Amino acid sequence: MQKLESFSLVQKETSTNTLLNTLRCRLRPGELAVEAFLFLAAVISIFVTIGIVYVLGVETWSFFGRINWEDTNKQLAQPVGPADTRLVVTESGSPIPVGAIIRLDDEIMQVTAVKGNQLAVQRGQENTLPAPHKEKLDIYEGERVVLWEFFTETRWEPQIGNFGVLPLLNATLMTSAIAMLVALPLGLAAAIYLSEYAGPRTRSILKPVLEVLAGIPTVVYGYFALTFMTPLLRMIFGDDVVQIYNTASAGIVIGILVIPLVSSMSEDALSAVPRALREAAYGLGATRLETVLQVVLPAAASGVTAAFIVAISRAIGETMIVAIAAGAGPNFTFNPFEAAETMTGHIVRISGGDLSYDSIDYNSIFAIGLTLFALTLTLNIISRYVVAHFREEYE
Amino acid sequence: MNRVSTFPQESQLRRLLARRKRIGWLWQVVFLLATILVVLSLIVLLYNIVVGAFGYVIVQDKVSPQEIVQTYTDTPEAALHTLSADQYRFILEQNLSKGLLRRLNSEAPLTERSREELYRLVVERVVKPRVVQSYSLVDSIFERDKIFAEAAALPHSRVEFRRWLNLDFLTGKQASVPELAGVRTALLGSLWVIAITVVVALPLGVAAAIYLEEYAAVVANPWLRRLNAVIQTNINNLAGVPSIIYGILGLAIFVRGLEAFTSGAAFGATADGATANGRTIMSAGLTLALLILPIIIINAQEAIRAVPQSLRQASMGLGATRWQTIWHHVLPSALPGILTGTILSVSRALGETAPLVVVGASTFITIDPDGPFSKFTTLTIQIYQWTARPQDEFRNIAAAAIIVLLVLLLTLNAAAILLRNRYSRRLV
Amino acid sequence: MNNGTYAIELQNLNCYYETFRAVKDVNLQVKRNRITAFIGPSGCGKSTVLRAINRMNDLIPGARVEGQVLFKGQNLYDPAVDPVEVRRRIGMVFQKPNPFPKSIYENVAWGARINGFKGNMDELVEQSLREAALWDEVKDKLHQSGLSLSGGQQQRLCIARAIAIRPEIILMDEPASALDPIATLKIEDLMRELVKNYTIIIVTHNMQQAARVSDYTAFFMMDRADRAGMLVEFNETGKIFTNPTDRRTEDYITGRFG
Ligand SMILES: Nc1ncnc2c1ncn2[C@@H]1O[C@H](COP(=O)(O)OP(=O)(O)O)[C@@H](O)[C@H]1O
Ligand SMILES: [Mg+2]
Repeated sequence: MQKLESFSLVQKETSTNTLLNTLRCRLRPGELAVEAFLFLAAVISIFVTIGIVYVLGVETWSFFGRINWEDTNKQLAQPVGPADTRLVVTESGSPIPVGAIIRLDDEIMQVTAVKGNQLAVQRGQENTLPAPHKEKLDIYEGERVVLWEFFTETRWEPQIGNFGVLPLLNATLMTSAIAMLVALPLGLAAAIYLSEYAGPRTRSILKPVLEVLAGIPTVVYGYFALTFMTPLLRMIFGDDVVQIYNTASAGIVIGILVIPLVSSMSEDALSAVPRALREAAYGLGATRLETVLQVVLPAAASGVTAAFIVAISRAIGETMIVAIAAGAGPNFTFNPFEAAETMTGHIVRISGGDLSYDSIDYNSIFAIGLTLFALTLTLNIISRYVVAHFREEYE
Repeated sequence: MNRVSTFPQESQLRRLLARRKRIGWLWQVVFLLATILVVLSLIVLLYNIVVGAFGYVIVQDKVSPQEIVQTYTDTPEAALHTLSADQYRFILEQNLSKGLLRRLNSEAPLTERSREELYRLVVERVVKPRVVQSYSLVDSIFERDKIFAEAAALPHSRVEFRRWLNLDFLTGKQASVPELAGVRTALLGSLWVIAITVVVALPLGVAAAIYLEEYAAVVANPWLRRLNAVIQTNINNLAGVPSIIYGILGLAIFVRGLEAFTSGAAFGATADGATANGRTIMSAGLTLALLILPIIIINAQEAIRAVPQSLRQASMGLGATRWQTIWHHVLPSALPGILTGTILSVSRALGETAPLVVVGASTFITIDPDGPFSKFTTLTIQIYQWTARPQDEFRNIAAAAIIVLLVLLLTLNAAAILLRNRYSRRLV
Repeated sequence: MNNGTYAIELQNLNCYYETFRAVKDVNLQVKRNRITAFIGPSGCGKSTVLRAINRMNDLIPGARVEGQVLFKGQNLYDPAVDPVEVRRRIGMVFQKPNPFPKSIYENVAWGARINGFKGNMDELVEQSLREAALWDEVKDKLHQSGLSLSGGQQQRLCIARAIAIRPEIILMDEPASALDPIATLKIEDLMRELVKNYTIIIVTHNMQQAARVSDYTAFFMMDRADRAGMLVEFNETGKIFTNPTDRRTEDYITGRFG
């Protein structure tokens, strides 16, 4: 063997340079810069979340904070000066209650007492300045959107001051429920078949089918709902029963859309159950079905539950299918064959047109969006919790 | 007490077993049927699209060609396509408005146009054939006679077999009538948007994945550890946020908040940015980038995690720094996985519609996008628009556009699979 | 200073994984240009101690080291010491051959290149491969993938890769456990050659191997009480295998236990 050439790649200690010096931590600016960049890239995701919450929050806040003016059809019966606190109004129009806020021109006032045609008011509310007003001036009554109304009112008619999210929420829940009625049994059955019954050859055909199904864009499913599912439903139940746009058709197709999700997550859960458990069941003389339903499925319960919850969340957030097939216009109904607009469908329809900033429509998108975000996020967190805390641990 | 006697006797046992087996068999059939139903729904879905993209149409002329020949020439028996250039010019001058003639002349003088060009103009502007009724492929096959009878009942009409998906459809621009409309603008729009999405999301996503896999795990500081855990949870949650929420985010941040930037005004590019108001390719691309960022990160993390630990140890054992290890060994090994994941995320972005509607996709533009600050429409937006139209003919071109989209997605996925197979072979 | 004789000294070394103490109170001196073998039943912390020497444990989340590792008198766990610098001077060969998915040439050259080697790379690669007794087998296919070699060749490639950066100490964690007997023999012969220029520490569970190649042997065992690994006996290999002072060592090497 050749003699080692004596050289060294590292700085060697000498009498003037201690060993510690040669080993000392070096500042590596390049390394630090790279790590900082990588860290920032990772932190961006936090900013995305903050952005979502902030944007939805701020606009929702101004949605609930804003005052919408409705014409009372009353006019001033006498002119008022800037210091008057008593207004005389005409008989006509809708009555103005005590506590209401009213607007004359640019000035906003609060009504403190009502006596026949006379109103006692506090002038210059909401940072407006008291000003003189002429006779016959129209009086507008202001209405704030209140949270309570948002969740209890059954009509969504922003233009005339009805802000109940219920019809939209109801339609969303209807389509999601119908979707689950389709996706849960079919998805779970397909998962059981794939993991417990199918041979490797059948699996190699079925898995890609599910992947293709999962990869098809939702707008294509929308087309499918409108041009196939709806005519099919109308053929079965009759044209007079089933409207052209209806939640049943959209719901069923959403169901088909989430089947791959349900089946692949459930299948993962099922195949994570150890063989030993199955063998134990077979060893006791159980049939395959008994093993599957009474041993394997309960052991995989947390995974399957998580799949269901994720599927519900996905169905609630699904947009294009309902935008195309469920109908335009809020409708508080429990009839799945009637048209009804969902939350997502409403957002798409409103923002598809010319949307001016700071309009009530613009703000309402965010309020609905926040509701949607809260709903789906909660479901996703629950599903993660279910997986983490109810999982059966197997070695 | 004799406990054994509480079990059923031999004959009973056998009957019981037979029953249990029968139930088992029954359920197996149920599971199989459910699975078949799932497969069937895919088949029906695809079939329904293909059937929509081909079929008979009834075409009706506004004025019959024969009538034109009779009115404007002295050879009433001649067919329209056999006339001379002068005769075509005469017909055009007689039938078109002054304004239109002036416009056509300013594009290219009629006197200088070829006979074929003039003939096409006559058909397009005077005869004006319009599809008045269209049929799916199934109807075309099974109700052929009825269709022909219906056509016979309409004046100046005939039945034609139409492939809605054809070369003109691919290269044609948007138009207000379905038979002239094409997806060129939308296709280009999709490609532009996706390009921006990838350019933004890929580096950021891979960088975040590297941080989370290679750096976050060895962090000692408890606060930073907690932050890293929050980031990871946050990314998992973001992946489950409905896409329309991203649209709302994009609307508020990119379209409205950063309008100066997304409309290109900040860069002096105001070509049509001035009218787009931030509803540009840039806004759409950035919105979709945020949308697929968590998916890219999660996929890239998986790819990086799959790189064997021994490779890192070998490198670090030689005195390589962490970044040298990542750059020279981890990333090259993880690259096929990262690319495969990226392609799949890109397919997801390509198929997105809702966030683009919210961000403000244009519903009707006929000029090709010429940069990131153009207004935009995409394939999916067109499919949505056309599907939502009440006329059947729009459904036909929606079906044709869907085929284009699906072929595009299929190509991408095939590329992903090829890439994976090729690289995984080379690595061994 | 005891700069002269000892390459590595371990003083009260304790290694932890999260809260679990895997190794306790190890004191040990490793002589220069000698082969020192770590033996003991599996799970007793041999690899952990070995990785503590060139700070590879830093790479494992939650791993922690207490006590001192002196390298020519310098504590490697001094906060001022850079683990990257440490690994340049204390190389490592792993249990399973782990060549980079690159060419044979690149495998050897890469470490030198990132460490700033400016000389003739071809020469360095050839010399390192010769020292690792691999040159004759690969000289015609330097540009084939390192993964195309047999297991024994791959391991020698990893050794060539380690010595290409001229470390002072080479740590080997069961370098032959994944190899066949002939390949093992080659590695053992190679180690006897290398020890002329390097200090070698080898972990092995194979007592024949320890007896045959090493000059010194350290016997580790797990303390039943707290499951922590500890050093039971450390001596010249001859003494350990013929005349151990500790009962437990004798039991282990005679196969009565383990
Ligand atoms: N990365 C790790 N994380 C947690 N515990 C570990 C890790 N590596 C080793 N251990 C534990 O430390 C102890 C010693 O392991 P090791 O040093 O690998 O033993 P040996 O090499 O002697 O077989 C064992 O109990 C093992 O379970
Ligand atoms: Mg070990």
